[in-house]
Amino acid sequence: MRKILVGIKRVVDYNVRVRVKPDGSGVALEGVKMSVNPFDEIALEEALRIKERGEASEVVAVSIGTEDAQQQLRTALAMGADRAILVKVSEAVDPLVASRVLVAIAQQENADLVILGKQAIDDDAAQTAPMVAALWGRPQATFASKITLEGSVATVIREVDAGLETIAVDLPAVFSADLRLNEPRYVKLPDIMKAKKKPLDIIEFSALGIAADVGLKTVFVEPPKPRSKGIVVKDVAELVDALQKKGLI
Amino acid sequence: MSKILVIAEHDGAKLNQATARAVTCARQIPDAQVTIAVFAADPAAVAADAATLAGVDAVVTVAHSANETALAAVLAPQIVAVAAHYTHVLAASTAFGKDLLPRVAALLGVPQISDAMAVEGAYKFKRPTYAGNAIVTLEASPDRILVASVRGASFEPAARGGNAPISALSVTVELPTHTRYVSLSAAASSDRPDLASAAKVISGGRALGSKENFALIYSLASKMGAAVGASRAAVDAGYAPNELQVGQTGKIIAPQLYVAVGISGAIQHLTGIKDAKTIVAINKDAEAPIFEVSDFGLVADLFVVLPEIEKALAG
Ligand SMILES: Cc1cc2nc3c(=O)[nH]c(=O)nc-3n(C[C@H](O)[C@H](O)[C@H](O)COP(=O)(O)OP(=O)(O)OC[C@H]3O[C@@H](n4cnc5c(N)ncnc54)[C@H](O)[C@@H]3O)c2cc1C
Ligand SMILES: Nc1ncnc2c1ncn2[C@@H]1O[C@H](COP(=O)(O)O)[C@@H](O)[C@H]1O
Repeated sequence: MRKILVGIKRVVDYNVRVRVKPDGSGVALEGVKMSVNPFDEIALEEALRIKERGEASEVVAVSIGTEDAQQQLRTALAMGADRAILVKVSEAVDPLVASRVLVAIAQQENADLVILGKQAIDDDAAQTAPMVAALWGRPQATFASKITLEGSVATVIREVDAGLETIAVDLPAVFSADLRLNEPRYVKLPDIMKAKKKPLDIIEFSALGIAADVGLKTVFVEPPKPRSKGIVVKDVAELVDALQKKGLI
Repeated sequence: MSKILVIAEHDGAKLNQATARAVTCARQIPDAQVTIAVFAADPAAVAADAATLAGVDAVVTVAHSANETALAAVLAPQIVAVAAHYTHVLAASTAFGKDLLPRVAALLGVPQISDAMAVEGAYKFKRPTYAGNAIVTLEASPDRILVASVRGASFEPAARGGNAPISALSVTVELPTHTRYVSLSAAASSDRPDLASAAKVISGGRALGSKENFALIYSLASKMGAAVGASRAAVDAGYAPNELQVGQTGKIIAPQLYVAVGISGAIQHLTGIKDAKTIVAINKDAEAPIFEVSDFGLVADLFVVLPEIEKALAG
C-alpha cells in the first residue's frame, strides 16, 4: 500500500504582521504566534483523504526545524498523520537544503507520494516541491487543485496562469498543494490527546551528512517602502473627476 | 562578463510579456550579455518575436516534439544542458517559471533566488518575503550559476526595436516520459486584457456575494477596457476563476490603475497590488485596511455606486 510523506513547516501565523528588526538582521520573531504553514495543512488534508479512501496506508509528517517545530508536528498528528519526523536544525535552512533532507527521508521511508505546500508563507520561495522532485528523479505536479490516483498513475489538475491544466504523472511523484485542493479539517480536542501518544522521531540534521551552506547569504533585511495614504472622495462624481484628471479613464 | 540565459515563456506563437520583463531585469545586471532560449516543438515564430526585444543579444532555439507543451520535468534537463555556457539563468516568476526554475536549480545543484525585485550587483538581488513585509537582500556565490525568477511587477517589459540573431541548438539529453500533458481548460475569455499585463485592473471581493453579481465587475471592466481580478475569498466562493486571484499566492501585478471593489485589504491581497500606480478602493466600511494604501477611497455600497460609475463613464 502507498505511503505518503507530507512536509510540515513551522511559520509565522498568516494573521501576524511581521516587523523588520531595526538593525536589518531579520524579522522580529519573539512572542509571535507560530503555525503550520497553511498550504501544508492543505497538503496533509489531501494525504489524509487519500488514506481514508483506502488508497494509502500511512501518512508521515516531516518537518525540518528547531525543537519548537514539534508543536506543529503534534498538530499534524492531531489532524490524523500516523507518525512524525523532526529533522532538527539550529536555524532555518534554504529550500535546497530542505529538499535534500526531504529526499533523504523519502528514500529512507520508500514513499510513494510526497505532498508539500505550494509555498511557505514566510520565505515565499515556492521552490521545495520542484527541487525535491528533481533531486529524487521523480515527476512533479505543482499547484494541484485535484489529485486522482489510479494504479501507478496520478492525474492532477493544476492552477496555472491560463486556467486549469491537467497532467498525468507516474508514481512515485511529488505534489504541491494549492489553495483550492481541499478545505483542511479542524482539530478536535480528543485528537490532540491521542496525538500525544503517536510516534514523533527526532533526527539530528548533522546525522544526514547534508551541507547546510549553499552559498546564498542574507546581506540585509529592510521594511518595504510605504505607500503614501491618499484621500477619501465624497461621491462617484468626485472619483470619476479625479481619475479623468489623471488620464486614467 | 555576465552571460544571462532567459527562458522564454510562450504559447507556441508569441512570447509572454512576463519574459520581456525578465529581460529588463537581466539587462540591469552589470556587464550583461542577454540570450533568450526558446524551447518549443517549432520555435520559429516565438524566436522571431523574442529577437525584436531591445537589449537581447541573441536568441537560441531548441526544437523538440516533446516541447509542444511546457512540462518542467521535460524542459529542465534541456535547460541544464544549455546553461553550462552561462553565468545566470532567469525566467519570469509566473506559474510557468515557479514550476520550472527550481527544478533547473536543483539539477544544477544551486539555490534559487525567487521573485527578484531589484538588481544590486551581478550576484546580489532584493526579493520580498513575508507577503512583501520584509525585503531581503541576498548575495549568491559568483563561482556557480545563479538561478533567479523575476518578479514581473518590479520591471517594465523590454521595449521593441531589437534585431538579435537566432540560432538553433541541438541538445542531446534523455527526456523523461513519466510526465504527460493532458489538457488545459481556460475559463477567462481571450478578448479581455490579460490580468498580468493590463494597464487597468478591476477586482471584486467577497462583498459581490455571488457569481451573478460578479458580472457587475466584468461589465465595468468592459466599459473601462480593464482586466478583471479577484480576491482569494471571491475565488474560493466560486465567483471568479482561480487564475484571476490577485495577491501573495495569486498574481502580483503593477497596473496604472487598480480598482478594488468590496475587498477588505488583507496583507495577502495588498502584496499583490502594492506596485500599482493608482489604487482606488470602494468599500462600505471606512475602517477597511484597503483605504490605508488607496490613492482614492470611496466609502459606499458597491451595489449603489458601480451602476453610477458606469453611467458616468457612458455620459
Ligand atoms: C495562505 C493564504 C494565502 C492567501 N493568499 C491570498 C491571495 O493571494 N489573495 C487574496 O486576495 N487573499 C489571500 N488570502 C486571503 C486573505 O487573508 C483574505 O481572507 C482575503 O483577501 C479576503 O478577501 P475579501 O477582501 O474579498 O473578503 P473580506 O475580507 O470578507 O472583505 C470583504 C469586504 O467587503 C466590504 N463590503 C461588504 N459589503 C459591501 C458592499 N455592499 N459594498 C462595498 N463594500 C462591501 C466589507 O466591508 C469588507 O471590507 C490568503 C490567505 C491565506 C491564509
Ligand atoms: N523546513 C521545512 N520543513 C518541512 N517542510 C518544508 C520545509 N521547508 C519547505 N517545506 C515544504 O515545502 C513547501 C514549499 O516551501 P518553500 O519552497 O520554502 O516555499 C512548504 O509548504 C512545505 O511543504
